[in-house]
Amino acid sequence: MADNVDEDSPDRIKAGDYVVLKRGDIFKAVQIQPKKKAMFEKQWFLPDTAVGQLYGSTFDVAPGGILQPRKPKDTEGSTDANEAGTDNRHILDDGKSQKLTRDDIEILKGQGLKDQEIIQQLVDNSSTFRDKTKYAQDKYIKKKKKKYENTVTILRPSCRILAMMYHGREPGKICHMRYDMLAQMLTLANIHAGSKVLVFETCAGLVLGSVMERMGGYGSVIQMFPGGGPVRAGVESFGFPAHFHDTLHEFPICHVNALLAGTLDTACKDPPAASKPSVASAEEEQNPPTAEPTSCPEELKMEAEPTSCPEELKMEAEPTEPTSCPEELKMEAEPTEPTSCPEELKMESKSGAEKINDPEKEEREKRIEAKAQERKVKLEEKRKKLASAAALLEGRNADGLVIASRFHPCPVLLGLIQFLSPSRPFVVYSQYKEPLIECFTKLKERGGTVNLRLTDTWLRRYQVAEIPPISSSRNSLR
Amino acid sequence: MSFVEYSDLIQDGDVAIVYLGPESMMPVKVKQGAQTQTRYGVIRHSSDLIGRRYGSKVTCSKGGWVYVLHMTPELWTVNLPHRTQILYTTDIATITMMLELKPGAVVCESGTGSGSLSHAILRSIAPSGHLHTVEFHQQRAEKAEEEFKEHRVDRLVTVRNQDVCKDGFGVTGVADAVFLDIPSPWEAVRHAKAAMKRQGGRVCSFSPCIEQVQKTCEALVDQGFEELSTLEVLLRVHDVRTVYLPLPDFGPDETAPQTSVALKTTTLPREMPGHTGYLTFATKPRT
Repeated sequence: MADNVDEDSPDRIKAGDYVVLKRGDIFKAVQIQPKKKAMFEKQWFLPDTAVGQLYGSTFDVAPGGILQPRKPKDTEGSTDANEAGTDNRHILDDGKSQKLTRDDIEILKGQGLKDQEIIQQLVDNSSTFRDKTKYAQDKYIKKKKKKYENTVTILRPSCRILAMMYHGREPGKICHMRYDMLAQMLTLANIHAGSKVLVFETCAGLVLGSVMERMGGYGSVIQMFPGGGPVRAGVESFGFPAHFHDTLHEFPICHVNALLAGTLDTACKDPPAASKPSVASAEEEQNPPTAEPTSCPEELKMEAEPTSCPEELKMEAEPTEPTSCPEELKMEAEPTEPTSCPEELKMESKSGAEKINDPEKEEREKRIEAKAQERKVKLEEKRKKLASAAALLEGRNADGLVIASRFHPCPVLLGLIQFLSPSRPFVVYSQYKEPLIECFTKLKERGGTVNLRLTDTWLRRYQVAEIPPISSSRNSLR
Repeated sequence: MSFVEYSDLIQDGDVAIVYLGPESMMPVKVKQGAQTQTRYGVIRHSSDLIGRRYGSKVTCSKGGWVYVLHMTPELWTVNLPHRTQILYTTDIATITMMLELKPGAVVCESGTGSGSLSHAILRSIAPSGHLHTVEFHQQRAEKAEEEFKEHRVDRLVTVRNQDVCKDGFGVTGVADAVFLDIPSPWEAVRHAKAAMKRQGGRVCSFSPCIEQVQKTCEALVDQGFEELSTLEVLLRVHDVRTVYLPLPDFGPDETAPQTSVALKTTTLPREMPGHTGYLTFATKPRT
């Protein structure tokens, strides 16, 4: 963008940012994308209309889903000067206090009244409002706000906010880990910048992201993952700067035993597919990927990728219609249009005496080879990643270990603890107590760990009232 | 060794933890030529500690042995010399997450006290953050400064001996987070606001009594803080043990061979953990 003397620039919302929407105690993580709608608290709106505004701002949702910044302190203050009663001994709860009917309110809404204005109308039309105590008045307004509020606050993501969000919205995804529990885990594991931490979690990436936040981009984090690939949706929501991802590694647990035994070969992992493109790809196309989460040798994983591209299957079945898969054509060096002018190809083919099928077969073979080449590159990347993660693990000198998953913690812990340096902490979270009792017992039997403790935390929020003024308000006897 | 960075070998000048048994640890300042007495005998630093790996078993003169552990803020908290009542790890962990502490954060704290929370903050904000800590008691302020130096974290912290309620934190507009653990936190709220960055930040006040909390909340609202939240965190420790439940004797019965059943379970302490204090959090909006 153009050079602006805008010192607030780092605090402004930008397109592509990962943010958290908030209303009251409800949160939702979204990414700001141009023209993309977000649904939050039964409302649709366009988060990208907030681009350029400051983080922490509160917006009204205007018609069309446009977010308009709201002036601060529009809301409070209206009840401070109001008269209030001392108690409710004379207030009758007969359901007749509110003069406005539901239809009246709908009309007001239709007239485009803002939420504070509607609430003010309700207050003005309530015959008992003035008799309520100050606390009761505040409670009434709070309740109406919850119902009629039409605002959204946009926040920067943080571990605190995301942990509260996941716990409130999708606790099942994070093994029902309360945010106070996560706080304890991060501190007890002594997560800090510059260390090497192993994480095994099935909490949608929340635990991993929290660990990364506390490491600030220093040191390294190795995610040990089960199955085919690491799950990291939650990590995205943190909106880390790109360089943080350089510190993040992953290692599939199916190779743990090999690594511990010293038999893991991270050097030449070329599958037969690379050397014989046509044969291998024919096999692949005929074998659609099986949904086997537990098997993950590279070859099978790689094979899963190309066959997930239906265009390719289509291609093999009908080689005369390669245009159904434009990506294939892009990979070709030659800008060919095989279907439109087969005659041309015939002319370009090496031997004029070849049969009519040959040019198409050559095209097909070239595509297969290009795909195999792509696969080879991807495999090489995967191999490199595996090698770098293995190198970090081999020394068995990790500084911390955090486990929080739906898997039985005992075997996970006994397996991964072997990578931990002596005199380093580890933390295991489980939704259930019994597996942890087993862990505790097994560790005691195994020896080699001290200061073992099985704990849980309880969090309670308190309602703090304003100190009542010494001089009492007007008498409620009327 | 450092409170904010791990190392593998014990070195002269380190502060290490000697583990004697469950619930039995002590901090030791490692020094060439020095000795430490334990109930298992003498540990000679030069031969038994320096150059050994952290986590090693060390045999003492009488034949018994101990483990030597690398220091962490959590181990320090349960082993440090108390000059005041301290904050324990349960509260510290909650504070760390709710104040959003992370590397690079600038934090203001008062009172420093015995430095329990201070060391935990330093661990979380290293290597690029800074802690400004204020202690109105002169000797405690001096002792804290000494300790930070000894623990090799002095570059990350500034100790000021002054009254935060009168003179503030000594800095303005720099803090991402402010923590108050003083008798009258409501008097320091405006100073907290001044110390914080213009863009906003988080504040926390710790008070044992609800009356203090009330006054502090009032001051926070007055000063324009938002998102007030007062909570309490309690830790329950589960004692893992095997218990034996006797089975009833209803008379001769071939199908009931045992007289009792063993059960691996946990028991809780007799009383709920004691109240430490209420934690009140709030957010300073952009000003």
